[in-house]
Amino acid sequence: MNEAGGPLPLEQVRRGAAWLCQRGDDHDVVVSTRIRLARNLAGLPFNARANQEQRRAVIELVRGAIERSELPGARGVPPQITWSELHRLAPLDRTLLMERHLISKEHAKLPNDGSAGPRAVAISMPDEGLSIMVNEEDHLRMQVLGGGRSLESAWARADAVDDQLEAALDYAYSPRFGYLTACPTNVGCGVRMSVMLHLPGLRLTGELEKVKRAARDMTLAVRGFYGEGSDAVGDLFQISNQTTLGKAEGDILRELDKQILPEVIEYERASRRLLIERRTKMLEDQVFRALGTLRYARLLAPEEALTTLSMVRLGVLTGLIADLDEVQVTQLFVLSQPAHLQRVLGRELDQQQRREARAEFLRQRLTPAAGGEARA
Amino acid sequence: MIRGGKSVERHLCERCARQSSLAPSVPPGTSAASAIIAQAIVESGAPDAERGGPVACPACGLALSQFRNEGTLGCPGCYDAFAHKLNSLLERAHEGGTHHTGKVPKRLARERDPRRAGDGGGSGGAGASPQQIVIGLEERKRRIASIQKQLEDAVLAEQYERAAELRDELRRLAPGDEGAAGGGGAGA
Repeated sequence: MNEAGGPLPLEQVRRGAAWLCQRGDDHDVVVSTRIRLARNLAGLPFNARANQEQRRAVIELVRGAIERSELPGARGVPPQITWSELHRLAPLDRTLLMERHLISKEHAKLPNDGSAGPRAVAISMPDEGLSIMVNEEDHLRMQVLGGGRSLESAWARADAVDDQLEAALDYAYSPRFGYLTACPTNVGCGVRMSVMLHLPGLRLTGELEKVKRAARDMTLAVRGFYGEGSDAVGDLFQISNQTTLGKAEGDILRELDKQILPEVIEYERASRRLLIERRTKMLEDQVFRALGTLRYARLLAPEEALTTLSMVRLGVLTGLIADLDEVQVTQLFVLSQPAHLQRVLGRELDQQQRREARAEFLRQRLTPAAGGEARA
Repeated sequence: MIRGGKSVERHLCERCARQSSLAPSVPPGTSAASAIIAQAIVESGAPDAERGGPVACPACGLALSQFRNEGTLGCPGCYDAFAHKLNSLLERAHEGGTHHTGKVPKRLARERDPRRAGDGGGSGGAGASPQQIVIGLEERKRRIASIQKQLEDAVLAEQYERAAELRDELRRLAPGDEGAAGGGGAGA
């Protein structure tokens, strides 16, 4: 297991996450899939109540368990696992990991007064499809990421990782309550299964609220791009299960994958068809204004970048824009984020400089070169 | 809210209510589980002390009032300590779910039935089963010392299979402290 200096090699940062690079199932609507398992070790307080000695004990125990396990890789290739202690990373690198959805916002936050406890993350390389956070709200939060709609394969991998770690650790578990978690809202299966959906069609046809309400009625949480407390910028929404007790993992998966998803996907596709067939000019206007902004603006704030990229992605998927690649556009949602910009350009930038850099970066990426091919 | 044709009440913690743009009916500053807990206790009709049951967890010392304020529990032992209080909270938070019906750790499944090679099947039953919910750090150190002693004895007595089991047990508790029994693992 490699101890990383910076968490990810620069070339990998530039390329974007592997799982975002493939066209997964239903990729036109489902951008990505994520399954997260919460586990705690027996015999120790939950993280918030643990003292520094106990928190270090958790880190050592989990690190040892990961080193002794044969964690499954993506597509059958055994992964390399990098291990990063977060207080040893530069703040920019922590933000980078958060932008790539490898750690949560909570895990990335480290106030300088030293009050926050030690925490770490193990990441499978080069696929970045598995990350194991240590000392977040729970001792262990392992998550599997995949492109497109891939709940079944994500669950298979998460389940296997869980088995491996469980064999080398003492999980806190009770037959009555299941896997014990710091927050009772996670107890039981301790699993959060979610998909990230791109729903610009539903927003433009005014049907988004209806779908959000329907999802909530089926006890599904609806969140924005960066999870709890975030807004739906860029027309990106996470839908996930809310309950974890009284249902088995297979039921949770089936409800999301077989009941909810097919309907939402079809709603979004239907609204896109409607826009193409009956509101062509409105659609073209939205898409080409956005493309124009991205190709000519000199200053771009992150939010405007996401809203314009959303329209460009829609333009590519509806065939209005023929000279850009969908996967490359999707990658830009992450690559245009603040920490990514600075790492890719190789220097730290203040807010104004970032707005300038973002505009130039996106201009280059979205303007086909003279030969007619979009720059990679 | 209508679900499955029936009117159903949903209680959202403040964070979820804020996200779904529903105005929380509790004053801001009240924490996540606070509204749900307060409701559960009000409906149970009696304050903590009169109901009996501990007001603090014997394992970690978390007071019930602290749980109400912070919304998170202190240690695995809190689940047993506050079981009676948690019932209605869990029922509300998990749409009526109160008992675990999902995955079981493979080792527990094997311990319950040694013949099963850990298929992980079966939900939590009513029967007694080994529950290693709380072991303090001190006790962990004692267990490690005890297992080390047993391991040495087993090796001396040439009971190598037993020694191997003990070594595995030791590894689970203290990965850094292995003795001569080939450390380092299958590389990840």
